[in-house]
Amino acid sequence: MLGLNKKDFSLLLFVAFLAIAAPFLLNPFPASSSLSFLNAGYPALMQLFAIFAIVLIGFNILFGLTGYLSFGHAAFIGIGSYTAMWMYKLLNFNVIIAIPMAMLVTGIFALLIGWISLRRTGIYFSILTLAFAEMAYRLSYSVLTPITGGETNLSPDPVNDPMVLKSEGGLTVPHLFGFDLNAKTTWEVGSWSFTFEAGYYLCALILIISFYIAIRIFRSPFGMMLRAIKSNNQRMSYTGLNTKPYMLAAFVISGVYAGLAGGLLVAMDAQAGAERMFWTESGTIVIMAILGGVGTLLGPILGAGAIKYMEKILSSISESQLHTWLGILPDWLEDAMVYILANFFVGHAWHLTLGLVFMLVVIFVPGGLVELGQRIGNRFRRKKPDTAPSGETTPAE
Amino acid sequence: MSRSRFTRRGVLKTGAIGGAGLALPTYLRADGHSGFTNAPTGDTVKIGFNVPQTGPYAEEGLDELRAQELAVEHINGEGDGGMLATFSEQNLDGTGILGKKVEFVTGDTQTKSDVARASAQQMIEREGVIMVNGGSSSGVAVAVQALCQEAGVIFMAGLTHSNDTTGKDRKANGFRHFFNSYMSGAALAPVLEGAYGNQRRAYHLTADYNWGYTTQEAVQTSTEAMGWETVETVLTPVGAGDFNSYITPVLNSGADVLVLNHYGGDMVNSLSQAIQAGIRDRMVDGTQMEIVVPLYSELMAAGAGSNIEGVFGSMNWNWQLEDAGTAAFTRSFGEKYGRPPSNAAHTCYVQTLLYADAVTRAGSFNPCAVVEALEDFEFDGMGNGATTYRGADHQCFKDVLVVKGKENPTNQYDTLEIVEVTPRAQVEYAADHPSFGGADATLGSCNPGA
Repeated sequence: MLGLNKKDFSLLLFVAFLAIAAPFLLNPFPASSSLSFLNAGYPALMQLFAIFAIVLIGFNILFGLTGYLSFGHAAFIGIGSYTAMWMYKLLNFNVIIAIPMAMLVTGIFALLIGWISLRRTGIYFSILTLAFAEMAYRLSYSVLTPITGGETNLSPDPVNDPMVLKSEGGLTVPHLFGFDLNAKTTWEVGSWSFTFEAGYYLCALILIISFYIAIRIFRSPFGMMLRAIKSNNQRMSYTGLNTKPYMLAAFVISGVYAGLAGGLLVAMDAQAGAERMFWTESGTIVIMAILGGVGTLLGPILGAGAIKYMEKILSSISESQLHTWLGILPDWLEDAMVYILANFFVGHAWHLTLGLVFMLVVIFVPGGLVELGQRIGNRFRRKKPDTAPSGETTPAE
Repeated sequence: MSRSRFTRRGVLKTGAIGGAGLALPTYLRADGHSGFTNAPTGDTVKIGFNVPQTGPYAEEGLDELRAQELAVEHINGEGDGGMLATFSEQNLDGTGILGKKVEFVTGDTQTKSDVARASAQQMIEREGVIMVNGGSSSGVAVAVQALCQEAGVIFMAGLTHSNDTTGKDRKANGFRHFFNSYMSGAALAPVLEGAYGNQRRAYHLTADYNWGYTTQEAVQTSTEAMGWETVETVLTPVGAGDFNSYITPVLNSGADVLVLNHYGGDMVNSLSQAIQAGIRDRMVDGTQMEIVVPLYSELMAAGAGSNIEGVFGSMNWNWQLEDAGTAAFTRSFGEKYGRPPSNAAHTCYVQTLLYADAVTRAGSFNPCAVVEALEDFEFDGMGNGATTYRGADHQCFKDVLVVKGKENPTNQYDTLEIVEVTPRAQVEYAADHPSFGGADATLGSCNPGA
């Protein structure tokens, strides 16, 4: 189907299913139960899941296939965001203009940064990309304030902006040909309530398309070439092949994915700030990729979801919330547990939990969540010993 | 493993049916049944406290959180009632708001606009809050204010000092109790003139972002108006840590006043390093060199220790004021937490009460009714004397404090002394002042959401 073999097509369907059914899958607990706090099925968070999944799909094309670790990917998200925002300000709020322009402009920047950074490999490449991202952040926070809004962010101003394509009385929120992306509806089923939002489904659709394109790239001769570069760049050169154009292409594709995500962020929430280019954001992208499983198709998506979930849900669990959950325990145990959890694992201490999970994954399942899933799967299937002994991961599957 | 086979026809069919089914609900907007976003049902109402709990302003954020919890207690009739007794309006009787008990949720902004917006969005979409209160830093305030405007809930900004919050980025659903850069400049100038005369030459070190620019502009304009000269203005990167390379040129510039337009950790570092470089021991043409810090906070004062002795700055409020409202709030905060409240905490506490009162007077939680109740609202007894929420830009107008670092502090909280309470008339400005977006800046119209 669609030029994919059966296994890949099943994977695509699986991702499509996850994306489309997310409002149900992420809302397992009824609203009345105290566990409803763990639900993640509200539009703002689902959008982040989808958008960061797109960033990670792109990042994986670079890092997973070629092994070049870009430490400045957040800069492309920022560039995409600012571009989309300027399209709103100059033309109109239709995302059909803003998003492709975000991809185009980010692509140009990626070409420039890639052309310079790819002169070096390994750690030097990473440092160069980090330097560019940090420059982008610093510039947009201070010198470029007239263009980027600096600290107070860039946001549309329907009264004073030109908006030349906006018709009289046109929408002043992001829309797709006049269809408001914030439109949503809620289904009340028993004590569950499921929210469907147009904006989220736009993200989901783009995610599915992005994923499909990524599979095609993974399976193409181009993808094979990138993997060859990863396994031995020197040998490729000795065979008389210039690897530079392939690398640059991979870098630009990966940047365009991030620019697309930046544009989508602005399509969901008309606001662009410099902080999304900060180096810790780039670091988070790397962690997401490693946590999920570098080089696998599905891993980065899972990694993005896992970290965004922790960042939003784990960090907002308060002490009083813990007391309701642990109320059945004896008082002394309850207080002790709440103290430990609140100070070392949830709330403002959620970074510690993330660090712990990350360490466990890197030490015990270096292939990330995907390898964990495979191992559990094998344990239950118990049919045949897996062909590849665990611990040794094949790069691209 | 299932052995399903995908045929083109099958996939198209399923896709079309599934797509149609999923597209249907998005056309049926289920809004409009309540009249406004998150209309409270049942006997409780939820409000959101969105403050930095991690990152550079975490100390301020946690203090804001303490004050907000205290405000909720007082509104719900627990504790000693704090400022409810001194507030000029006596509509709140300790039974919650309009008979509904107040609950709250908290979020961590990390002092990042994106995170703050996501956190506010989570509060609005998932927790169903009717109002968002608090926050530190103007970037965050402007970002969250715009979000609340779109979502149709009320935003009460916390610690935000930049002109833009109620200037060019003002919004109908947003209100600010805190003072701003312009007011700092206007309040400081006369005191500086009294202390240092009108022949001074100032050198500005300015944090390289919006708040720094507006603060420098305000101080520069008001000091130049009284005869000072500005020798040089230098931008410094945020979070630089080491300011020595910026301070050395000051020594030989011929300037005799150093203005540090820095906040938080930056101010603590730059001030300490300036003192170490011997700026305050230096004589320039027979006059003693001085340092000015336009915006002070208790936490910065504590961080800078003895370095702030005799250094002038401005504040929104201080717990050492002697009116009844301040005394009542400081007492109940002190009893609960064992420390005096900061001025950020005061602002967040007052705003929570003001919101509750506005809803009561309006008789409705509808944001538009609340906006109407707060616009041009005059009140007293909240620690700053007679105060007005101006309708044109939703900025509070009240007296501003000029403070200086205490020479001989008696305990760890006794770091600042009040030099002058600048009367409100002196810090007022027109709503279309050029530093506040000029005539182009508008509030827009209030948005009740759904």
